[in-house]
Amino acid sequence: MSDWITHPENWAFALIALPMLLAAFRAVTSRNVVHSVLYLVVALAATAALFLLLGAEFVAWSVVLVYIGAVVVLFLFGIMITRAPLGMETELSHSNQTKIGAALVSGALFALVTVATVRGFGEEEIVANPTRTGEIGQSMFERFVIPFEVVSVVLLAALIGGIVLARRDPVEGDEALQ
Amino acid sequence: MILGQFIILGAALFSLGVYGVLTRRNAVLVLLSVELMLAAVNINFVAFDTYARDAVAGGQIFSLFVIAVGAAEVGIGLAIILLIFRNRQSANVDELDLMKL
Repeated sequence: MSDWITHPENWAFALIALPMLLAAFRAVTSRNVVHSVLYLVVALAATAALFLLLGAEFVAWSVVLVYIGAVVVLFLFGIMITRAPLGMETELSHSNQTKIGAALVSGALFALVTVATVRGFGEEEIVANPTRTGEIGQSMFERFVIPFEVVSVVLLAALIGGIVLARRDPVEGDEALQ
Repeated sequence: MILGQFIILGAALFSLGVYGVLTRRNAVLVLLSVELMLAAVNINFVAFDTYARDAVAGGQIFSLFVIAVGAAEVGIGLAIILLIFRNRQSANVDELDLMKL
């Protein structure tokens, strides 16, 4: 453990992990909805940086494109359309009693998962090895081609479902919508 | 780097997501907390993939699937929240108690 701190990649890890946890904490506690989403951007960007540290470049840039590029914009649209209170708001979370219960539950979950997995794998050494995007594509279209096709059907279903759900039903006799 | 630091980080991020899901009233923010949990799962996938030096990069491929399914989930989830908001003028999860006796 004493030589853990001497590795520069562990400094990089700490430099990424601390802001990530801070941003994630603010994202779930912030009283301003828009700030919450922007903290989520920081946490997701830190995830992408962590993937780069591990050499998973394609996954890192997918996170940047899909999450930071698309999902966050979708969240902002959702906030604006549902007219969630944009300023400071105290009613965004449940009461203090619920918060104490939730803190106990998540703390217990953290302790359980950490103890169980660190006991099994905690001391194993990781050596970052860059994965070329070509390898990802090769494996995706050979070994994992069936899950890939299933995911494409899921995306199509989500696309159609989203349109059907969010579309405003045409009002009877309303000429403007037809 | 050891595997434990990634596991602990993933567990912390997941627990923060659980805390958010349990405490938030606004449905959009509940979905946001679920995204944090998915990010935690992705960290574990990629860390274990790098550790195992998988020849087919299974962990990375599955984290890509998690990203795709997460994007689909957000799209559908926000459409449902929009529909609820249109019918009930509110996106707070504790006011959706139609099925409560």
